Amino acid sequence: MKIPDLTELALRNLRESLLRNSLTTVGISVGVASLVAMLSLGIGLQQMASRRLVKSGLFDTIVVTSRRELRGMGREEERTGPAPGESRMLDEPARAEIEHLPNVAEAYPDIRFATELRFEDKPHLTMVSALPESAKGNDAFEGMQGSFFSSSTAPEAILQKSFAEELLGKTPALGAAEPNVAELAKPLLGKELIMRYPQRASTAPGPSASEANSAADDFAGAAYSVVSREQKLKIVGVADLDPESMRGPTRAKVFLPLQLAESLHVMLPTDLREIARADSDQPVYSSISVRVKNPAQIQGVEDAIKKMGFSAFSILDASRGLRQFFAVLYAFLGIFGSLALMVASIGIVNTLVMAILERRREIGIMKAIGASDGDVKKLFFAEAGAMGVLGGMVGVLLGWAIGQVINAGTNVYLKRQSLPPEHFWAVPWWLVGSAILFAFVVSLISGLYPAGRAARLDPVQALRYE
Amino acid sequence: MTTLPAISAERGTAAIRSENLCRYYRMGESLIRAVDGVSLEVGRGEFVALLGSSGSGKSSVLNLIAGLDRPTSGSVIVQDRDLAKLSREDLAKYRLRVVGMVFQSFNLIASMTVAENVELPLRFAEVDRNQRQKLASEALERVGLRARMNHRPSELSGGEQQRAALARALINRPQLLLADEPTGNLDSHTGTEIMDMVRGFNRELGMTVLMVTHERALAERYARRMIFLADGKLVDDRPNLPADLPSTAQRGQS
Repeated sequence: MKIPDLTELALRNLRESLLRNSLTTVGISVGVASLVAMLSLGIGLQQMASRRLVKSGLFDTIVVTSRRELRGMGREEERTGPAPGESRMLDEPARAEIEHLPNVAEAYPDIRFATELRFEDKPHLTMVSALPESAKGNDAFEGMQGSFFSSSTAPEAILQKSFAEELLGKTPALGAAEPNVAELAKPLLGKELIMRYPQRASTAPGPSASEANSAADDFAGAAYSVVSREQKLKIVGVADLDPESMRGPTRAKVFLPLQLAESLHVMLPTDLREIARADSDQPVYSSISVRVKNPAQIQGVEDAIKKMGFSAFSILDASRGLRQFFAVLYAFLGIFGSLALMVASIGIVNTLVMAILERRREIGIMKAIGASDGDVKKLFFAEAGAMGVLGGMVGVLLGWAIGQVINAGTNVYLKRQSLPPEHFWAVPWWLVGSAILFAFVVSLISGLYPAGRAARLDPVQALRYE
Repeated sequence: MTTLPAISAERGTAAIRSENLCRYYRMGESLIRAVDGVSLEVGRGEFVALLGSSGSGKSSVLNLIAGLDRPTSGSVIVQDRDLAKLSREDLAKYRLRVVGMVFQSFNLIASMTVAENVELPLRFAEVDRNQRQKLASEALERVGLRARMNHRPSELSGGEQQRAALARALINRPQLLLADEPTGNLDSHTGTEIMDMVRGFNRELGMTVLMVTHERALAERYARRMIFLADGKLVDDRPNLPADLPSTAQRGQS
């Protein structure tokens, strides 16, 4: 028989014992619904985690540290490779070398220091870091109010949202709705901040801070003094960055243009350590951020940097564990979700075996007028498959609805616990498609035994059956 | 179809030939010899009645010829096919294309309309929908049931149901019509109507008809030959002159 005929006859037969077949189909729906509910929970959680990672703006960035940095980020590197003391210094030539690696867009030093900022004569202690011009295109700065730095040397600052709240004295209570970035930005943009910082000045006579480096060559950078300085900064932007999920340069709450920060020669905590080892007047960095041209090339670049003898860390390392975790979670949720479907498939077997008993005579008639074993088998398969597809479609809807209800319910709970609402539920199209397909396949497998039994029925006996 | 088929079976080659046909069933400890060494021959275009009391094995013989059952031993050859040697698949094709069957209990599928019942064999034969509808409506026209084609079998009288079954048996244009007590559930008037139709198929369409019945009167009125069975064995095989034929037959012979 042809497929359209099969489908038509199958649907007709399903309609004939409507109640029983509906109940079986509901069974499949519940199975599919539980599977969809479980998996969409897993997918939603993963998307939630990924959203946080994306917000950290590190998807195309590798953080390079010297192996001398004892707080190295990769544990396994500490055990292999040269000892930290013998490894390379992360200085300017090293930075230049990294920048010339293939697929590297840029490599810039991470300048990050804690300092005091005065706003309207009130001091605020916070972390300041430098951003290169290229950070402008970073996902992390999506939705930023105001504008990016006008140039990389401009005395300007971008504030992290929570620091903006702090400046305005608007720190919200836990769980309360977070204030809008635009609202926060309005009273701040264009205002002035005064930053106090310790400047590292050469002991050699050098009146201007910006010329300090070249003037210090006699001493090979081996000696310097620390001077307290002030720098006026204009607030140009407020960004909605998530400070908690950040690792790397963006963990600060106030950002300065990179070249401006470099020219300030802020005394960094690592300077004390490096001074004993410095063998040139070249600046030595505690860490360098490397931006790759394409996130897909991040692994290759990371490997190349490690080969040079540095520690490297990227989002890939962070998400590797995450991916592993979610793979296990999916398997776990999938198995639990499938259990209900397995139970439902027993329902299909039961329904079809009953149908064979009931329709024995009909099968006999069909065989007598020329139906082959294959025709009868296909007809029962079609009925099983139709129940699977119908049950799958209803089940996906049901699963989606269950998900919405649970998500809404959980958010009510989160609100009571004074936590912000989360969207941890996602039903992507591929899940819709594969859930229906899965229900279809499971139904066909369930139909295997009944269909075979119907096909083998002896027509003479079947016709005698009343 | 102006000339009628000859009365004698000698004309034309054999449509059905069985040799020492046996069908035994095991029922608990005992062996039932439902068909026990039947050898018969039915020529093309013949109208043969298979008579016997209940349990004589006449329906079993019919099932063997219909390809619904397989012989324990012996052979059935229909239109040069040895049914015992056909695969299940080929046997289904044989039932589909060579044989049309009608039963005492009509055996229409209750969930389908008359038209759907009639076109069901065409679905198995994978005929296109349009063609199917055309053929079904032609067949129903022939049995005078076109007006009721969209009714369910339960909405029809017994005679109408048997007419629908005849239309279904006709739809694949089989060479062989096998009828198992076709009038058993009908009153005599309706039974006559049905039998007239069967005779029409035999004479106008040239179908070979083999009819199982226990009503001798019916057989004498329509069949050209009567085969008697008892206890699974063939006990008599004699020609018969149907009630409506004498004058025609005499004219043909003179």
